Amino acid sequence: MSAPASIGVTERKPDGLFLQRLKGGDPIAHAITWLAAASVLLVTVWLVAQLWMQSTPAIHAFGFGFLWSSEWDPNAEKFGALPFIYGTLVTSALALAISVPLGVGAAIFLSELAQPGLSAVLTFLVELLAAVPSVIFGLLAIFTLVPLVRDVIGPALDKTSGVFPFFAGPSYGVGVLTAGLILAVMTFPFVISISREALLAVPREQREAALALGATKWEATWDAIIPFARLGILGSIFLSLARALGETMAVTMVIGNDPKITPSLLAPGYTIASVIANEFTEATSNLHLASLILLGLVLFLITIIINAGARLLILATTRQGSAT
Amino acid sequence: MKEIITGLLALATLTGGTAWATDLNGAGSTFGAPIYQKWAEQFKASHPSVQINYQSIGSGGGIRQLISGTVDFGATDMPMTNEQMSQVKNAKVLHFPTVLGADVPSYNLSGVKQQLKFSPETLAGIFLGKITRWNDGRIKAENPGVNLPSTAIMVIHRSDGSGTTFVWTDYLSKVSPEWKQRVGANTSVNWPVGLGAKGNEGVAGLIKQTPNSIGYVELIFAIQNHMGYGLVRNSAGAYVNADLASVTAAAAGAANNMPDDFRVSITNPPGKDSYPISSFTWLLVPDSIPNAAKRADLKNFLHWMLTSGQGYCAALAYAPLPKQVVAKELKLIDQIH
Repeated sequence: MSAPASIGVTERKPDGLFLQRLKGGDPIAHAITWLAAASVLLVTVWLVAQLWMQSTPAIHAFGFGFLWSSEWDPNAEKFGALPFIYGTLVTSALALAISVPLGVGAAIFLSELAQPGLSAVLTFLVELLAAVPSVIFGLLAIFTLVPLVRDVIGPALDKTSGVFPFFAGPSYGVGVLTAGLILAVMTFPFVISISREALLAVPREQREAALALGATKWEATWDAIIPFARLGILGSIFLSLARALGETMAVTMVIGNDPKITPSLLAPGYTIASVIANEFTEATSNLHLASLILLGLVLFLITIIINAGARLLILATTRQGSAT
Repeated sequence: MKEIITGLLALATLTGGTAWATDLNGAGSTFGAPIYQKWAEQFKASHPSVQINYQSIGSGGGIRQLISGTVDFGATDMPMTNEQMSQVKNAKVLHFPTVLGADVPSYNLSGVKQQLKFSPETLAGIFLGKITRWNDGRIKAENPGVNLPSTAIMVIHRSDGSGTTFVWTDYLSKVSPEWKQRVGANTSVNWPVGLGAKGNEGVAGLIKQTPNSIGYVELIFAIQNHMGYGLVRNSAGAYVNADLASVTAAAAGAANNMPDDFRVSITNPPGKDSYPISSFTWLLVPDSIPNAAKRADLKNFLHWMLTSGQGYCAALAYAPLPKQVVAKELKLIDQIH
């Protein structure tokens, strides 16, 4: 490729202007892309600064105690984030516990095992699912998941509460479990879609080499393809986690919106994003408003911590991968 | 070139022609938004020079925008506190009641055909989590002959901050000292029991979805969606069905002891026809408006709203203001300078 390009330049040599333009183009492109990249930093810094400034009254009033106080009483002007942090983490963890095995399994099937025609149809459906607005998922949850959890799943799980204490208690249909289930449905397409891309990007030679060594189709997939695509699969998980942590509408519609920490997954709960969406418009006192914004800052920090954790995990596993 | 010049000229005439028109910008209550938008449209039909823009961003937002001076008037379902009023610079805020709203208790009990009757004590007991079963003696005593199940009561409340919640909790605070002390009245409160759902439609949906549940919804929403709801005992001891007449009667009942600034809750008012969980919703107008054109137009609008404008209420299922209140408010308009 490089040889014809250099010929092109030498042929044009008489035209001094062209050369000048060619030389001048680089710094301009550099500057433009630098600006584009800098805007990322700018937006992040601006976001944190705004959240920090707007939440100052709450920071002054509660300090770090905000993080582990579990009282949320707008009348008494006492605000604590713990039930919301708990609800956000539990619903997201529940969602990923379901969507990751299902999603990765589906991605392996679609990229490695399925016939091309079937794979194309299913992939199209997955992309369709990923584009459905969250309020639609919320409606789906209200009309199908809520009765299902209330009448079937909840009572069945309650019977196992001797073994699993987190399934104890009456089932109302709305609650942490239902929110986790709808989040699983919502993150599932992301896991499939991105994991599938990662699996497809694995070079053919990788598979052929494994097959040549006498591996079966599944052995080649499991031992040669998946380790190669590990980074992409991890990426899909963290993107899904980000969506689950920040999801507002669908969760609000089915979680029961009760800021209490209960060990039972069948009980109602509350997430950070939901309480902000619920109470922001009608928060009349300054401290109430500042506390909601501070919750936003907390959610932002949670996302940063999880993302940083993800980087470290990826770093650790890549090093391990290259060593073996 | 010629076309461009003619175009520019035409544009100049257009903007010049409307230069004398005034824009009145308001924001706030979502509860009042349908009637405010209707009024804006009808007022413009008779006063083409006045354009009223109303944004339903919630009462809290309306109050904040009024304080920061970005709107000409605000709208709220909960009167401003003294502290909030002191934050408005160079003016006192006047509260103008515009229409009335009410909350009704709605429930899902299969097999119960009659309208259930609730006393204030029963409602407070249910929402405090003290009355936990439908066949509790206190509910039975008020509803003789109704076959009430022994199932647990599932309480459903609003999860989003709302004027509807303020009215409901304000009422419970008045009739139950324990509620007042433990929970209090606000647009969002720390609920002792129950599940939260977003919006009137969310509460209605969850009631429909949850057997043996009870919740509260805005009367207009219940009327427009043909929802059933219970009767509530008023301070005169009568069980009253919520409708436009009984809500207007509540405001009339409260009119005698109404403070001059209208910052008053009219829940649990006197009068045997009064529906007890009723409330005003207010427009918030600064008493000093330096811009003469805006001042004149806003005063005109307030006058129109209190007289001809009230005629549009019933079609949108809002209860109109009683005469006594209108007469008092018309005098308040003169305070705007």
